[in-house]
Amino acid sequence: MVALAAREALDEAGLTLRDVDGLFVNYMGEGGTVQVGEYLGIGPRYSDSSDLGGAAFEAFIHHGMVALAAERCDVALICYASRQRTKKSRRMLPPSGGSDSYAPDRTSLTDQLHTTYGIPSPIGDFALIAARHMHQYGTTPEQLAEVAVAARRWAELNPKAFMRKPITIADVTASPLIADPLRRLDCCLVTDGGGAVVMTRGDRARDARKKPVRVLGAAEYHGGWNPPQMGDLTVSAGSESGPEAFAMAGVSPNDVDVFEPYDAFTISIVMAVEDLGFCKKGEGGAFVSEGHLGPGGALPSMTSGGGLSYCHPGARGLLLLIEAVRQIRGEAGERQVKDVEVAVAHGIGGCSIGSTVVLGRG
Amino acid sequence: MAEAEIPYGDALMAPFWEGASKRELRVQRCLGCGEHQFYPRPFCLACGSGSLTWIVSSGRATVYSLTTVRRAIAPEWTPPYVVALVDLDEGPRLTTVIVGEKPASIGDRVRLAWREREGLPPLPVFEREE
Repeated sequence: MVALAAREALDEAGLTLRDVDGLFVNYMGEGGTVQVGEYLGIGPRYSDSSDLGGAAFEAFIHHGMVALAAERCDVALICYASRQRTKKSRRMLPPSGGSDSYAPDRTSLTDQLHTTYGIPSPIGDFALIAARHMHQYGTTPEQLAEVAVAARRWAELNPKAFMRKPITIADVTASPLIADPLRRLDCCLVTDGGGAVVMTRGDRARDARKKPVRVLGAAEYHGGWNPPQMGDLTVSAGSESGPEAFAMAGVSPNDVDVFEPYDAFTISIVMAVEDLGFCKKGEGGAFVSEGHLGPGGALPSMTSGGGLSYCHPGARGLLLLIEAVRQIRGEAGERQVKDVEVAVAHGIGGCSIGSTVVLGRG
Repeated sequence: MAEAEIPYGDALMAPFWEGASKRELRVQRCLGCGEHQFYPRPFCLACGSGSLTWIVSSGRATVYSLTTVRRAIAPEWTPPYVVALVDLDEGPRLTTVIVGEKPASIGDRVRLAWREREGLPPLPVFEREE
């Protein structure tokens, strides 16, 4: 899958695997840069498998931009694929439960002090975040459900989406609780999937077979791994990476035509719209309830159907970038947003990793 | 203590688990600035001092957040059970489980209890105060 995606992306760029000298792969799929490089026959002179979870890919754009600017590589390939659905490898909370799903390494600090309390990861951590957000700001289950409904409305327009049957707020709030306040339909899918993105400097991109998209800004931040160490749980890393990426790009949230935030859980989107400045802190629940995110809304978001309804292959940060590029190029079919000039992909990883990329027309 | 006996093979955490085996909840206190921290580190996060000691916590805390887990994921926990983050009066925040008959909410005061484990030191858990 990673080879198919890489070859297709390189073909769009008018390049081949032989041109790639920078390789960026996240370890959550089928290995890091060493394993994927071997498979693709690439010996990169610049490589990065930073352990930033689902946020890795927007961070790879950031790192790739720096490496290209410093001429440490000329053609950067960012790619990822996972067969986690086929392999049933998502084990912390399998549908069947049962003791064989739990084989902790009891030696790490996380296992000694966090996992040992039977908290499912990552949903339990996001449940703690959501519960605190509700307590602090009055966010409601119905507001969280609005996010899942908006994602599904986009998925209805995407023939490749995994879940396309229309849902309502009531469907979401009637789905089974898994870790309060999060219900099954507040959670992203477990699917196979993958993709690839090619980056190069502007002079070389002019020769691309398809119209290139420009990286206007990129930034990243992480605030820790263990939830008890993270301070205010209602503030995500996007509060750091978002403003920094916007500042580099010289754009404001008002300029964003399409928003591709990482919807691991519905609460992730409520916090993303707050922390990237689309509304005030604490008003994310009200904002998502005003219909801005869905088709026809003021801030079209999760336009592929997102991880909630389209595809979530373990780490979907790369798919956010691909959808943003498709929207800017006008390739999104029925779900195409009109006249997209600026699109933002915002990845999250763990509970407090965030990375934001602002893309514009080439 | 012989090296092989350090719980989890984690020397810096050993005083914590030794405390737990005596039903003492221990956290680090900085001898420089007086801040408390947990988990332990060989330096103070607040002031950078390398001089730290362990103190026994009062075991009094406030619930910062909590979730009821509805699915069986670990053989030692039978759903539903309540996983929480609690803020000790000394400052540090811990992951824990809320035990007992009294349901807890965010902001509630809780106090230390202990849960026995086979072959491992007891685990600090909390229960709601009156």
